[in-house]
Amino acid sequence: MGRYVARRLLLTIPVLFGASFLIFAMVYALPGDPIRALGGDRPLAPAVVAQLRQEFNLNDPLGIQYLKYLGDLAQGDLGTDFRGRPVLDTISQRLPVTIKLTVVAILIEAVIGIIAGVLAGIRRNSFFDNVVLVSTTLVVSIPILVLAFIAQFTFGLKLGLFPISGVQEGWYSFLLPGFVLASGSLAYVARLTRTSVAENMRADYVRTARAKGLPNRTVVVRHTLRNSLIPVVTFVGADIGTLLGGAIVTESVFNLPGIGRAIFDAVRAQEGAVVVGIVTLMVFFFIFFNLVVDVLYAVLDPRIRYE
Amino acid sequence: MNLSKRRGALVAAGIATALVLSACGGSDEGGSEGGGATGGTFSMYINEPENPLVPGNTTESEGSQVVKSLWTGLIQYGPEGEVEYSGVADSIESEDNITWTVKLKDGWTFHDGSPVTAQSFVDAWNYTAYSPNTQGASYFFANIEGYDALQAPTDDEGNVTGEPAATEMTGLVVEDDTTFTVTLTDPFAQFPVTVGYNAFFPLPESFFEDPEAAGTNPIGNGPFKADGEFVPGTGITLSKYEDYAGENAAQADGVEYKIFADLNTAYTEVQAGNLDITRDVPPDAITTAADEFGDRFLESPSSQFTYVGFPTYDPRYQDKRVRQAFSLAINREEITEAIFNGTRAPADSAIAPVVDGYREGACEYCEVDVERANELLDEAGFDRSQPVELWFNSGAGHDAWMEAVGNQLRENLGVEYQLRGDLDFSQYLPLADEKGFTGPFRLAWAMDYPSPQNYLEPLYSTAALPPAGSNTAFYSNPEFDELVDEGNRASSNDEAIDFYNQAEDVLLEDMPIIPMFFGLEQAVHSENVSGVFVDVFGQVDTSKVTVNN
Repeated sequence: MGRYVARRLLLTIPVLFGASFLIFAMVYALPGDPIRALGGDRPLAPAVVAQLRQEFNLNDPLGIQYLKYLGDLAQGDLGTDFRGRPVLDTISQRLPVTIKLTVVAILIEAVIGIIAGVLAGIRRNSFFDNVVLVSTTLVVSIPILVLAFIAQFTFGLKLGLFPISGVQEGWYSFLLPGFVLASGSLAYVARLTRTSVAENMRADYVRTARAKGLPNRTVVVRHTLRNSLIPVVTFVGADIGTLLGGAIVTESVFNLPGIGRAIFDAVRAQEGAVVVGIVTLMVFFFIFFNLVVDVLYAVLDPRIRYE
Repeated sequence: MNLSKRRGALVAAGIATALVLSACGGSDEGGSEGGGATGGTFSMYINEPENPLVPGNTTESEGSQVVKSLWTGLIQYGPEGEVEYSGVADSIESEDNITWTVKLKDGWTFHDGSPVTAQSFVDAWNYTAYSPNTQGASYFFANIEGYDALQAPTDDEGNVTGEPAATEMTGLVVEDDTTFTVTLTDPFAQFPVTVGYNAFFPLPESFFEDPEAAGTNPIGNGPFKADGEFVPGTGITLSKYEDYAGENAAQADGVEYKIFADLNTAYTEVQAGNLDITRDVPPDAITTAADEFGDRFLESPSSQFTYVGFPTYDPRYQDKRVRQAFSLAINREEITEAIFNGTRAPADSAIAPVVDGYREGACEYCEVDVERANELLDEAGFDRSQPVELWFNSGAGHDAWMEAVGNQLRENLGVEYQLRGDLDFSQYLPLADEKGFTGPFRLAWAMDYPSPQNYLEPLYSTAALPPAGSNTAFYSNPEFDELVDEGNRASSNDEAIDFYNQAEDVLLEDMPIIPMFFGLEQAVHSENVSGVFVDVFGQVDTSKVTVNN
């Protein structure tokens, strides 16, 4: 197991290089002149433009630009954005916000999704099952932007139960945006769990367990649920990676200064160093959580072994 | 010579009276004593500033709002954009409009306690002009003697090939602690009007030790000082500077600038009473905001000027009669009502109404006259079978009104149109500089300082042809240049305005651009504050805001 994990982690290194180069090339390929756009209606002084192009290596061909980037990276320098702010500062300031939002969203989608899915799955076609079916269909079909505004208007402005925006009230500030962000995934988790549980309830080993006279609770939790969780864990694991990439809409509407907003702005301004720095980090998260999922498989199902 | 202290003092006296009156009015409901500071703190929306909070690198509205709370320049602008000597300068005078002597008042200090001296200004200006410092407002000093020596040499491909020859402009000379002289390359009578802009703010000695740190922990000389560092995505908290030497000391104890990524969210926070001021109202809330906020909904003219430029390098648009005809065929009023819900005003000149020198109806061809338009177009022999391509940058809300312009051209002139709105700003601007447009194109301008010159020279003069300036219509008329120049040399403000107006007449006859709209600023504020006023720059003077108890 340890060797397997080490091998997988080693494999991430070439993946990260490949990914960062691809992202770098994509930003490079974006049309337009980012320095010209900095000035807006009135162009910057020509010598200032030249200086900025020099500082950000914009006159060099792609390969040279990338090598210079790697050279700086080797010295622990992630570069700066066009305002001269280090990318590392941007990440260290914004990542905690995104992590908190992700934690809240994942907890909501996992806990509520799995409970709803299990209850619906063991009583198929019951009233509760139909409620889950209808409500999840509804949630999945509403765009998150609409949901965010409705939630903000209703629970924030009209009822005053939650802060409308910002992070002033600590974890409590993340509850409403977390719910909005989790809503879509929550529906998927509930559906996945329901299908998986419903299927496993008819499996031979469940019948055996019941025949042994085990209490219903043990049959559902220890036998059915544990076996049903594999697809759910896959989904939630991948979702963590996605959510850490930032939720642009949710972060904007609830004014959370997270990573999603930073990357959106950086792409628009064509700030190569910022985009590459953040996206590469996201790629790493994604790979890491996929590894965690694979390891969890072995925990959930002892038949799966990694040698 | 012009705009000297006396005139400024008169204006200032008027303002002071108005202030006392409004303070008395405010005390009825607020319970505060007239004249004295009311205390309390308030919060205000801004969008993310584009640059660190360094005045010489802040040329956009969001950073400027904060910078203007933190700094006071040589002069200040009154509510109507008039020059007031309520800043650091005691006088700014010149015999020949070339060499200007700036005398400072005593007693001004930076927030770190160090004095504001002539050196503070000269050092700051040199720093901003020096190209390796990559300050956005560098070009503001281009008319000061010795500016070129502070620009790094570049080769033909635009690569920097060395260091600038000098670090200080020869045109700036410190005479003593409170006096310095500025020598310009050309006479410019409007010079005192320009120095209220951010680019001309002073910097303390501590700034030069670590400019980067100063960008997040700004130290100015204004009515408010920074309480902590500026946090991108979150904002900055300011508190009243007790040792402020100016007349317009802060009324409130503090202001918290909160950054919102989405204007809608900020607006909702004001509705809920959690945020005190937004200088902007979301487009879909415009129609309901007036009812909802009553007298807490503010609307005032801004310096924003939207225009449609012609590619005068394109043979098709070289005849001025074609350009005049297009202008006559556009019904601006209809567009401002139908598309903008009255949040823009139809333009009737090339100089915005917020500037001294604006003349109502200066633009002869801005009235709708379909018959005359068609006559002119026929005379010019315009080929109506080819569609007119209309250019604008994407994702910035220009689609609807450009389409309306196209429809009016089709209806009134019988030409088809094609929208070319798929380029992002970063592609659009270089294309403008490279003479890449194949038809009329949208652009906008907001003034840096309240002078008609600012609406003429940077946009249409021969000297402002790209890449040096914003003359993307590639208009060049010696008569226009000469008149602007005479305005710059004029010995009095009235005389200057007269020349600028003549230049404007030449421009509006040649019509390299069609004036479209003037901006209107909307703002709303909570019941917690009063004295909120949006100035001609679209900014709230935070020193005048009072907090109701």
